[in-house]
Parts: sequence; C-alpha cells; structure tokens
Amino acid sequence: MDVQAKIMAILADQALLDVSDVTLDDTLETLGIDSMGLVESIFAIEEAFDVTIPFNANAPADSGFDVATVRSIVQAVSALVRERA
Amino acid sequence: MSPARRVVVTGAGTINPLGHDVPATLAAMQAGTCAIGPLDIRDADRLQIRIGAQVQDYDETAHFTKAELTLHDRFTQFALIAAGQAVAQAGLDAHLGDRAGVILGTSGGGLGTLDDNFRAVYEAGRDRVHPFVVPRLMANAAASHVSIRHGARGPVFTVSTACASSNHAMGQALALVRSGTADVILTGGSEAMLTFGGIKAWEGLRVMSRDGCRPFCASRNGMVQGEGAAVFVFEALDHALARGADILCEVAGTAMSSDAADIVTPSQDGAVRAMRAALADAGLTPADVAYVNAHGTGTTLNDRTETAAIRAVFGAHADRLMVSSTKAMHGHLIGAAGAVELLACLMAVRDGIVAPTVGYGQPDPDCDLDVVPNAARSARVDAAMSNAFAFGGLNAVMVLRRWTALAQHA
Repeated sequence: MDVQAKIMAILADQALLDVSDVTLDDTLETLGIDSMGLVESIFAIEEAFDVTIPFNANAPADSGFDVATVRSIVQAVSALVRERA
Repeated sequence: MSPARRVVVTGAGTINPLGHDVPATLAAMQAGTCAIGPLDIRDADRLQIRIGAQVQDYDETAHFTKAELTLHDRFTQFALIAAGQAVAQAGLDAHLGDRAGVILGTSGGGLGTLDDNFRAVYEAGRDRVHPFVVPRLMANAAASHVSIRHGARGPVFTVSTACASSNHAMGQALALVRSGTADVILTGGSEAMLTFGGIKAWEGLRVMSRDGCRPFCASRNGMVQGEGAAVFVFEALDHALARGADILCEVAGTAMSSDAADIVTPSQDGAVRAMRAALADAGLTPADVAYVNAHGTGTTLNDRTETAAIRAVFGAHADRLMVSSTKAMHGHLIGAAGAVELLACLMAVRDGIVAPTVGYGQPDPDCDLDVVPNAARSARVDAAMSNAFAFGGLNAVMVLRRWTALAQHA
C-alpha cells in the first residue's frame, strides 16, 4: 500500500468513514476529526511508517507538519518517509 | 450546628525547582528565576521533550536513612521534607494526635518506583522485585508517611485529580477544619513525575513545549513539567490563637466544579463556576481580590480559556487584577501545582509581593490581562485566588486572605 492509500485508510478509520469517502481535498473538519482525533491519527501514522512527526497541538503552524488537508498530510509524510530512507 | 470555624495557615514548607524551603522559593519567585532546563534523567536521549524543572542539588541521603529510602519514593521524600518544615514553623508538638490529619494531592504517586520496576521486569527480564514496591508506589504513601512521622492520627488520605489534586486536597482540609472534624491538617501536594515513562506519556499528548513555558505570551507553545512538594499547616483559628501561634494568612474559601464535558479540553463555564463559588465561600466580592495565581499552563487553549473565564468572573475589575502564572518559573508540578502556587498567594497577601509571569514576550490579544510580566511587583493584596483546572474537567480554586490583628474581629 502506498503512502497516500495508507494515510487515507488511517484517517477514514479515525473518522469512522469508508475509505472511498476520503478525498485528497478533505480537511480534518470535513472529515469530522477533532484535535484528539488528530493526535491519535498522527500516532497511527508514526507507527505505520516508523517516522517521528514533530507535531505540537499548541502551535500546529510551527510544527513543520501541514495538517490543512489530506493532500498536505500525504505530502508531509512522504517527505518524512524519504528522509528516513 | 455550631458556626463554622475560621481557618488559618500557621506553617508552610516546600522543596521544588526554585528552592529547598519557603524563603528560598519566595526569593526566587521575587527574583523571577526560571528553573526550567535540560532534563537530566535516564534515557533522556530517547525523548522528544527534553526540558523540565527538576529539583536541583538534591541529595536524598542528606535527608533520609538507608532504611527510610527503601520505603520512600521521591514523591514521598518531597512530601516529608515539606511537611517537616511546615510543622517546625507552626511550632506544633512532635506528636500531632487524634485531632490532626494529613490530606495531600498527587497525580502520579510513586511513578519513579513504578518506572524502575517495570524496567526491571520487562526490559531487564528480571523475575523478582524489591518487597516494598507496593508500599513505595501507592498514591497514599506520602500522606501515610507524613502522618507516621508527625503522629497525625485523624483523617489522613490522598486526593488524585490530576493538575487540581493539591487544590482539591487543600479544599478538603479547609472543610474538615471548618467543620470541627480536625483542629490541624497538614495539606498540599507532592509530585515526582520526571521519569522516562512519565515524560514519554505526556509527550504523546502533543501539548508539551520543547523550548520553554511562556504562559499568556503570544509565542507560547505548551507546558513544561516540574516536580516537588509544598505542605501547609491549616489550623482552626481558635486553636492557633489559644497556643499563641504566628498566623501567616487566613484560608478564606474554596470551591470546586466539574465541566462534565470533555476529558482534556478546558471549559470556560466550569472555571467560571469554580471561581465564583470560591469567592462566595470566602464571603468576598470580585473587587476584594487583587491577585490571581492562574492555572496558566502555557498551552494555547488553557490560557485563552482562563483569561475569558477571569474576565467573566471579575468584570470591569479584571483590568485592575494582577494575574500571573508562576509555572513559567517552576514548571507544571501536576498534582503538587496548587500547593507550590499557593506559596505565591501567601507571598502576595503576607509580604505584599506579587510573583511575575517570566519568559513573557509578545502580548496575545486573547490573553489581555495584567500578567505581571517578567518582574515581581510590590502591592497590597488583601485577598488572592489560586486556580487549578485539571484534565478530566475538574476545577478547584483556593482563596487566601491577608491576616492582621484586626482581621481577628472581622
């Protein structure tokens, strides 16, 4: 499973949605994922890809990890996976 | 039913990142000392969060015998040291007796003991642990050892409500002395959570700062943990007067509330209800209060919500209030937070010195109170409030009042 598909599956699981209902343009808000759900999703992503995501809930914009959309999350995780490789 | 007795503080003790006793701690608060620095604990290199406020230059063998140390987790040690100072200052008998109690707050209890022994059995694969693991780690160990040391044979128990533990404990102590259930209660809290497992758990929540605790500042980015203890002697006024004790201040009121909403997100309404009820319990109006020691964790959400709550409670007077968070100096002591922070309220009402919010840089429009930025201030403070708002939505507020000879007849 590629990075994008895996992230969509994780977010769908968190949002209690079918993975086919998750698009790259979705936001956390449109998926109905709140701040606790986001922290759990980030943990699941870290576990799935064996990466460390520098996310601080107090200062999301300063974390260097863009959670604006599913697309931006996929891009940020892809970058971390490439760094690790 | 006889009228409720008034309750005063006749002794205080502490060991925390700012100092090993009350005078050193208050001097550090007055100087605006920041005790947050690199965490010096085992496996710190495996942590994402590597800063904290540790008790400095601490040698447990200078305070306890080898036999005692086999039974005293770090949080128990801190509680015993603080309680010993408080009892000595109060000038109470070595044996406090049946009319005395101990009510302490803690969140993690003997977390260091738990951490060490989990390592032994899971990581090192050992099949045997020390026989005293249970009496070391139990959350009531500190309260029990304080009661044993000082012969307090009345109500002794531990309150665990995360970051509000100490305030809930001290609120109970006030209630029991007021009601006549006890004459003297040693109360406050103790915490020693700066262990690998303790920090690792907090790290997961993504609310910790990697670079400092800056409450109410626009650049704030989370909390920083501390450790330590503070213990006070809460004593019935008639009992204190009868034995000619020095009175440090009056414990004017307390209140608690529950948000009954979210397990971690703070609620303005819950905080407002606790502060309002505490003022009512103390028989004070908002204008009587000059200083609020804020919960002020340095998270985005707490500081914004607390500011709004203070404005709702104090109305126009909020612009004349001094509101500081001393967590920027000593870190967040979790279950001991309210106890160490009550020292700042004691300094305000007794000495007329208001502790600052250090590390303050840029104003945040959502936190537009007088946060006493960076430098302590001299001011007459007749009443001071201390807030604690815990995960779980549990809020507890204490109110202290300045003590003067005239106050006796108030």
